[in-house]
Amino acid sequence: MSEVRARVLVPPQVKRGEVFEVRVLIQHGMETGYRRDLEGRRVTRNILHSLVCRYNGAEVFRATMSSGTAANPYLRFFTRATESGELAFWWIDDNDATGTASAKVVVA
Amino acid sequence: MKRRAFLFAATVFALPVRSQTPHVSRIDALVWSLTNGADVTPGKVKLALPALAESGHSVEMSVRVESPMTEKEHVRAIHLIAEKNPIREMASYYFGARAGRAEVSSRVRLAKTQRVVALAELSNGTWWSDAVQVEVGEPSCGEDA
Repeated sequence: MSEVRARVLVPPQVKRGEVFEVRVLIQHGMETGYRRDLEGRRVTRNILHSLVCRYNGAEVFRATMSSGTAANPYLRFFTRATESGELAFWWIDDNDATGTASAKVVVA
Repeated sequence: MKRRAFLFAATVFALPVRSQTPHVSRIDALVWSLTNGADVTPGKVKLALPALAESGHSVEMSVRVESPMTEKEHVRAIHLIAEKNPIREMASYYFGARAGRAEVSSRVRLAKTQRVVALAELSNGTWWSDAVQVEVGEPSCGEDA
């Protein structure tokens, strides 16, 4: 599988204790396994099924998904600012292809 | 006196919750696999989906649960069930006390017109739910979905 691209969006700066919004958008077909190609063959299912978000190593959010999540999965959730550091995402799909993306968190 | 006041309050506040019809069957196999047979009470959860979706390929979904999100009292997980999708388990989102807010938005796929149910598991072991009926114009999964 080709390189999976993703974008993580967080506010440029947050206050300590503030609950801030995190948005992640991953380029992934989320192939359902029900679609057929031009020759009528079933396109093999390939779903990005698990995603974890860690804030300086501690898990703050996790998602498990099925074909019920649209192509190019988008997630928006919240977390509380504790200290400056990194918000790191990790995910895996049905082909065992994994990906990572991260964003810097600046706590003022 | 105190006991009378308590009984009065308990009756008044307990009745409206009790009278709500549940969104899911407690003995549904998928529901049971999540809840382990616990009662699921309608309330606390607010699931937002459009009443009408032109295309089922990508539908904006947002779900929120009322909770102080403290170590003692928080939302552990929110599970989405798409009643008429080939795979009913739509997604599960897991939180901790650190989330600060039990809210998540995403874009979902809907195979046809159906009801979507959100189940929330709280740190005290109770389960709460909400459901939204979505009319789907163009289905998502092709001819044999």
